Amino acid sequence: MQRRNFLKIASGVALALLMHPMRVLANLWNKPAFEAVKIIDAKTNLGLGQEMPSKDIDIVAPDRAENGAIVQIEITSRIPNTESISVLVENNPTSLIGHFVFSNGALPQLVTRIKMADTSDVKVIVKAGDAYFSAAKNVVVLENGCG
Amino acid sequence: MDNIKMRAKLSGDANSGTTEVKLIMNHPMETGRKKDDFGQLIPAHFIQLVTAKLNGKTVLEMQWGTGISKNPYLTFYLKGAALNDKISIDWVDNLGKTGNGEILVVAA
Repeated sequence: MQRRNFLKIASGVALALLMHPMRVLANLWNKPAFEAVKIIDAKTNLGLGQEMPSKDIDIVAPDRAENGAIVQIEITSRIPNTESISVLVENNPTSLIGHFVFSNGALPQLVTRIKMADTSDVKVIVKAGDAYFSAAKNVVVLENGCG
Repeated sequence: MDNIKMRAKLSGDANSGTTEVKLIMNHPMETGRKKDDFGQLIPAHFIQLVTAKLNGKTVLEMQWGTGISKNPYLTFYLKGAALNDKISIDWVDNLGKTGNGEILVVAA
C-alpha cells in the first residue's frame, strides 16, 4: 500500500516536472528582443522578416505629447490574416514596446498607452502568414516619459 | 482580482457583433532607469506576459517591455463572444508576481 502510494506520488511529481517547462516555454518572454536598443535588433530577435509599408495599418496617436509617460495609441490592421502586431519606438532606450498575438476571434486592433523618451516614430509591424507589413506615426514628445 | 478593472461589452448579437474589452491593471511598470528622491535607482518591475482568454480559450497573447505605461491600459476586440461569456486576464511580471481578473460579457 505504501509502495503504491509512493509510486502514485512519484509519477505525479514526474508529470508535474514534465509539464512545467512546457508551460514556461509556451509563455516565454523574449528577453533579447526587449533588451535590444535598435529596432533592427528587436525585429531580428522577434523573428520578423523584411516588411513592406502598408496603408492598411492605422495608427492613431497624438501629433504632440506633453508628457511622454502616457501616450495613448490605437492600432488597427486591415490586412487579412493578421497574426501579430509589434509596437516599436526608435528613440526609446529599448525600442520594443510590446508584441501582441491574436487568435480565436480576436480582431487585430488594440488601444494602449506607451512611454516615449523623445520625439520619435511609433512603428507598427504586422505579421500575416509569411509576409510583414509596417506603418509609422511621428509623435513630438515635449517631456521624457522614460525616466 | 482587485488588481485589474475590466469591462466587456457586446454590440449586436454573438454571430455578427463585436465585444469590446477594456481593462486597466494596477502596476508600477518601473523601467529600472528611474531614481528615487535619494538618487538610488528604482529596480525594474514590469509586467512581461499577459494572456487574455474567452471561456478559457486564448484569444490574445502579449509580451510587454518597460515601454508600456504605468497602470497599463488596454482595449481589445473579439468576434464570437456571447452575453455572459467569461473573459479572463492573467499576467506575470519580471519578479514572478502574478495577477488575474475576469468578467462576464454584457450588452453594450
